Amino acid sequence: MIALLRRDLMLAFRAGGGFGLGLAFFLIVTVLVPFSVGPQSDLLSTIAPGVLWLGALLACLLSLDRLLALDFEDGTLDLLATAPLPLEAALSIKALSHWLTTGLPLVIAAPVLGVMLNLAPAGFIWVIASLALGTPALSVIGTFGAALTVGIKRGGLLMSLLVLPLYVPTLIFGAEAARRGAIGLDGTTPLILLAGITLGTIALMPFASAAVLRMTLR
Amino acid sequence: MALCIQGVAVARGGVPVLSGVSFTVAPGTALILRGPNGAGKTTLLRTIAGLQPPLSGRIDGAEETIAYAGHADGLKAMLSVTENLTFWAQVFGQSDIDAALAAYQLDPLADRLAGTLSAGQKRRLGLARLMVTGRPIWVLDEPTVSLDAQAVAMFAQAVTAHLAAGGMALIATHIDLGLNAETFDITPYRAQPEQRSGASDEAFL
Repeated sequence: MIALLRRDLMLAFRAGGGFGLGLAFFLIVTVLVPFSVGPQSDLLSTIAPGVLWLGALLACLLSLDRLLALDFEDGTLDLLATAPLPLEAALSIKALSHWLTTGLPLVIAAPVLGVMLNLAPAGFIWVIASLALGTPALSVIGTFGAALTVGIKRGGLLMSLLVLPLYVPTLIFGAEAARRGAIGLDGTTPLILLAGITLGTIALMPFASAAVLRMTLR
Repeated sequence: MALCIQGVAVARGGVPVLSGVSFTVAPGTALILRGPNGAGKTTLLRTIAGLQPPLSGRIDGAEETIAYAGHADGLKAMLSVTENLTFWAQVFGQSDIDAALAAYQLDPLADRLAGTLSAGQKRRLGLARLMVTGRPIWVLDEPTVSLDAQAVAMFAQAVTAHLAAGGMALIATHIDLGLNAETFDITPYRAQPEQRSGASDEAFL
């Protein structure tokens, strides 16, 4: 399992591995928002938590089609399926490496972009906490979507359509926790619900992902 | 433990291609599968490797004992030869890759990125992967594609050494490998076209 994680991280950092792609996308989306909204700092401040969350979600989505498709094309998935490692564990590791290369950089970059969006000072800690708790769920649910569409040529758009509705609960509670924090309210309740969603998906989703992947590999 | 196939029927894309296939591969022996294109060699091998369930019949001795090598080698272009092999060795809980590098004369290429290898060199690396799995049964689908005569000889030698150590091999190939092995022609086992039992769930997948 460690070997698989190390290999995935190594591949992500080498040329063409796609590390930083999601981060750059996140950066550009959040930079474009002030341009499109105009110089109204109070309006920006109101929508900042929502924009940060939506940007993070789209950045996660962008890198999902690389998650399994490359391994499928070069036959690695066939060989992994016959290896002693259970497919559920292999997919959990893949989701973890996706989070480490996509979700974690987003969490770290979010405060910097918060400044650009005129996020209220009280909101920073809540945005970071909600993203840190919510992005693992995005990776795990995304792995399920990638497993569903891995056998389809250019299935990226189909995967987006399948995955985005599944992201709704995470987005609602994540953005709500960040919004409440930003206007000085207590965001603990949505944050706890968000953590619950994340833990639930981490526990259950790998089994669903492995089941659909076995069907795809037939 | 021998690999024992009894009355196995397999389907590809919901259409049965083979039925009633039975054979046994005993420790220390190899079996060469033959049949024309589209006869179902790949489908049968994938079924035996556990990548898809058989429509009917039994496959004994295939649990956690098979190292499968299909048309794709599972190599990462941005990893070196050593890194690729080490990864697969670790996945299968092994650590020694030197013997595999030596058997396919990959030592001079050890630090090259797999993406810069020629097709034949990639194939040699893919076959070397079998040696680091430590699995007793090799299930090989057209292993000699893009290999030159010298590399085919290396491959035959590796298989012979594997058999001598008590291993087994099931190889689908069209060329003569020079192995002392039985041949099994799957052509007579072609499934009847109208027989579609067990394929009904494919419509929902």
